[in-house]
Amino acid sequence: MTQLWIILGYLALLLILGLFASRFFRGTSSDYMVASHTIGPFLLLMSIFGTTMTAFALVGSSGEAYEEGIGVYGMLASSSGIIHSLCFFVLGIKLWGFGKRYGYRTQIQFFRERLESSGIGLLLFPILVGLVIPYLLIGVISSGVVIQNMTAGAFPKLFATESPATSGGIPTQWGSLLICLVVLIYVFLGGMRGTAWANAFQTMVFMLLGIVTFGVIANKLGGQASLWENLRVLGEAIPAEKATRTDMSKMKFFSYLLVPLSVGMFPHLFQHWLTAKSAKSFKLPVIAHPVFIMIVWVPCVLIGVWATSELVTIPPALRSRPNAILPFLVNSQAGPVLGGFLTAGILAAIMSSLDSQFLCLGTMFTHDIMGHYFDHEATDRRELALARGFIVIIVVITYLLSLLKPPSVFALGVWTFSGFSALTPLAFAALYWKRLTKWGAYASVLAAAASWGYFFSDAVGKAVQAGNPEPIRTYSLEVTLGGETYEVMSVAAIFLASVIAMVLVSLVTKPPGEETLKKFFS
Amino acid sequence: MSRTLCAVILVLIVLHQDNWYWNDGRLVFGFIPIGLFYHACLSIAAAVVWWWATKYCWPTDSYLAAEEESR
Repeated sequence: MTQLWIILGYLALLLILGLFASRFFRGTSSDYMVASHTIGPFLLLMSIFGTTMTAFALVGSSGEAYEEGIGVYGMLASSSGIIHSLCFFVLGIKLWGFGKRYGYRTQIQFFRERLESSGIGLLLFPILVGLVIPYLLIGVISSGVVIQNMTAGAFPKLFATESPATSGGIPTQWGSLLICLVVLIYVFLGGMRGTAWANAFQTMVFMLLGIVTFGVIANKLGGQASLWENLRVLGEAIPAEKATRTDMSKMKFFSYLLVPLSVGMFPHLFQHWLTAKSAKSFKLPVIAHPVFIMIVWVPCVLIGVWATSELVTIPPALRSRPNAILPFLVNSQAGPVLGGFLTAGILAAIMSSLDSQFLCLGTMFTHDIMGHYFDHEATDRRELALARGFIVIIVVITYLLSLLKPPSVFALGVWTFSGFSALTPLAFAALYWKRLTKWGAYASVLAAAASWGYFFSDAVGKAVQAGNPEPIRTYSLEVTLGGETYEVMSVAAIFLASVIAMVLVSLVTKPPGEETLKKFFS
Repeated sequence: MSRTLCAVILVLIVLHQDNWYWNDGRLVFGFIPIGLFYHACLSIAAAVVWWWATKYCWPTDSYLAAEEESR
């Protein structure tokens, strides 16, 4: 019951913050969608970091480390520290400049003008929305699961289930509904400013709670007098295969570098870039992002590998559910109060991504479809009403889809990232290569979609054969070179197909007009 | 993006593929496996590189300067 009160208290705080942010709302669509370009360096850093880090940063990182060992940090975290900041520096600053100068609110508005093609929007729109929806679903479903697990036992008669791990907990559909409603309220009222403020607050919450959890768990598991002694005892207990990368493929590790490139085409991140007060506001996010990743990930990875040692007894039922490792350790080692706060931290990480995604989909429907095709002369007031209406519709649809509990949605995570990564070369080329043509862009998007579809259907076929979704999550390609076989992520092939198609077709088709080149390259 | 920055990023990417610590399970400070410690240091190195990039390789596009001035 303690956990439930802490969760409810945290959500109430978030709503108060949303209401407070709405008092600063200027009543314009620009203010609602891009906070009138007023976000300074600190808020930009916190909101961008909160948006790119999901619950995976806390729960998934410790779970993956439990399964794969310390190598997950290099594969997923230090790579992101290099590549994310690269995208902010190389793409974010330039796109902010064009967005501010020409009034863009969405990526598609930029691509339509840069590529002199209205049709590119029609091609990109369903792909971008289709890639964001599984990402949204993972957040909504996870929030319900987290709340149910952490409130287990609170209502033993009312919500009894067969599993003792969930019995008496708030049912998943209620937990998901609660989270959707809270996010909807503060996004609806506060728009981008409310979202940025909430993200900053939530980022501080999950970073702080991650560190506190690390200290408490280390002290409980080690059983020594000081934290330093406990760390030494736990470090020495890590099994050799988890303290190294003996079982990890070197080529897979290398090809994983392409996955963080996905941030270059996240539509919700694009919208956050546009909120910056000035180009200089990007300096702090670019510099601090890798360090923030380290602060969150290193403690979680250590907890994950400690859980594989003889000092920790993991119940057999949890060994096949690595994402349950961190909540289990918190519940068993830290008690209900820290358990409640950690749940708030996990929900913070989930909601700080959900809010931006809901807002960006609402903005895309308003501008890229309604504004572009049906409602050219919409007043500012009408644009605002449309965006809010679409956000409500998207939240309702996402919630209803989450009730279907698609069994393999969690396995889709890396696939959505691969899809975005394969589209990122288009963003780079649009900003830095004058010779990029609209046909090159079409070819790039179609090649990415076709190769993604081919590999995904292959993975689904293997999952059907195996009778579980695991092959979708772990899918990789085997490449034979000089008699050696290497394991490579499918994103490498999809990315390559997208780049080759873009370059070849651009070179044989008519270059963009003088006016366009002057507009974007002068 | 300057050539120097491209080269420095390439160096970071090469350093990221640390085959030399792949099977090394030594503990740094007695508690952190060296493979994890190395990559944590790489995150700090990335921050230093980006600090340098924002200081010495800041984009000089005229339209960005114009937007800054229009604030």
